[in-house]
Amino acid sequence: MAQLISRLRVWRGAVLLLAGLYFLIPMAASVWFSIDDANGISFDAYTGLLSAPGFTDSLVLTLELAAVTVVVLLLLLVPAMIAVRLGAPKLRPVLEVVCTLPLVVPPVALTAGLIGVLRWGPDYLMDTPFFQTFVFIQQPEFPLVLVIAYVLMALPLAYRALDSGLRAVDVRTLVEAARNCGASWPRAVVSVILPNLRGALLNASFLTLALVLGEFTTASILGFQPFAVWIYSVGNSQGQMSVAVSVLSLLITWVLLLLLAAAGRERRHKTTTAS
Amino acid sequence: MTTAPTPVPAPAAADLSGGPRAAGTATTSPTPPPAGRRLLRGKAWLATLPLLLFFLVGFGLPAVAIVTGAFTVSGDAETGAGSFTTANVTDSVQGAYWTALVSSVKLSALTALIGTAVGVPIAQAVLTSRFRMLREAVLTASGVLANFGGLPLAFAFVATLGNAGELTKMFHLTDHGWSLYSFTGLTVAYLYFLVPLMVLTITPALEGLRVQWREAAQNNRATSLQYWRHVALPILFPSLLGGFVLLFGSAFAAYATAAAMVGATVPLISRQIADALSGNVLVGQGNLALALSLDMIIVAVLVMAVYLPLQRRSARWLS
Repeated sequence: MAQLISRLRVWRGAVLLLAGLYFLIPMAASVWFSIDDANGISFDAYTGLLSAPGFTDSLVLTLELAAVTVVVLLLLLVPAMIAVRLGAPKLRPVLEVVCTLPLVVPPVALTAGLIGVLRWGPDYLMDTPFFQTFVFIQQPEFPLVLVIAYVLMALPLAYRALDSGLRAVDVRTLVEAARNCGASWPRAVVSVILPNLRGALLNASFLTLALVLGEFTTASILGFQPFAVWIYSVGNSQGQMSVAVSVLSLLITWVLLLLLAAAGRERRHKTTTAS
Repeated sequence: MTTAPTPVPAPAAADLSGGPRAAGTATTSPTPPPAGRRLLRGKAWLATLPLLLFFLVGFGLPAVAIVTGAFTVSGDAETGAGSFTTANVTDSVQGAYWTALVSSVKLSALTALIGTAVGVPIAQAVLTSRFRMLREAVLTASGVLANFGGLPLAFAFVATLGNAGELTKMFHLTDHGWSLYSFTGLTVAYLYFLVPLMVLTITPALEGLRVQWREAAQNNRATSLQYWRHVALPILFPSLLGGFVLLFGSAFAAYATAAAMVGATVPLISRQIADALSGNVLVGQGNLALALSLDMIIVAVLVMAVYLPLQRRSARWLS
């Protein structure tokens, strides 16, 4: 038995070591690449970041897109998922299909379809009010069409995160208890269900944020310039800076998720002592 | 998660408790108690309406555009614009496009296979580790790598293993025939986001393996290997297959990784579509991109179709 356990430990250690090497070496090498200079070490790629043309614009655009995407996604998904659990169980398969279908349509294909739809604007709808809508969702300052694409891409991801959150909560009992205490429907959902879903909501939001921050396909083909497209265009002239930004954005998102996990754990500890 | 799978409440008990059942069973019960129906009957579906409408417009219209566009003559063609044709679709499965489709499928299948085989031991090693910090660090890092998309990762790989990459320079890898821009190079880069995706996907399933099953196997003198072969893997099989399908889809859809590795020699269908959309094709072939997209969706649907029925089976054991 003791032999078995020690063999298991060796095996586990080897797996972790190899995996660690594979995942840490590219990161370390990238950091080294971004500071490696002909004359030694230089942090120009990091210090020059803020003054680099287009950096702040693209970052702000991406953060705005991410914020709007998260809000729209949650506003659409959360009521639907709660309703399906409370009173419309027959719609549950429909919701599952809706939230799985985007997985079979790769972003490139979705973009091709979106372009196909956007072409209808000038082709058929020139004289109708719809044409203005088409122009409006494509304005470069805030391309709403990207929000539509991102919400669709994030649907499966957010659905799974929220579903696992909802599994852990007895929505029906909680709402019935709140209703029996005289709470209105909106109040029962907002002040009883949502606080219980805090972890799942944050998780879904952060994964969506990561998706939007890194999204390149749709934005680049449609010709907008959020963060990832900016990294790409900078990569052609300033390789070090693009690598520096890539590593930084990955690390920052990771630290944010880690903090989130830590916060979620503390809350769980407090709440599980009661049950 | 310790509740019995099929609770059978006596009718009298149900009357006394007045509807709401024990936590954990109510959410999964196929027939909701009458109290819930009374609460919300007729109105609940209204809350799903915004999502369904959004989906119908945001997803339905592009889908219609792909299907109709794939079967009509492009708008910029000189003759017969807008009329029905199968030329786009036949073109999209011939010559260079067919090569790209095949090589995309090959790359995705290979990377998904390796990703599945490598991801499971890593997930198991991390899950059984004594350090909770390691566990959380790995799971969150997996979340970032799997969802962040390929572009930053591609740049990291170019900096590491590209022609001027640090490791390439340090070990003179190009002299040994290494190239990041080859099939092997892309495989190594793809695994960087596919393995974390597998770790994320399989972790809940591995957590669902009960200690009792392992103990029962051990009490029957099963070796560790026998336990995995006859107990754990059969239970995990649907989840593994599901993970494989997800990885395949992810690799198949990937565009940014390949796009950022400028000069990659591997033809990929996603790049062909992007090129076609950017206007790098002949005049009159604008709808070819839509036909190629249709091909891509068909492949993804075929692969997905294998997985969905199996997912139900796995849910029975690992709830």
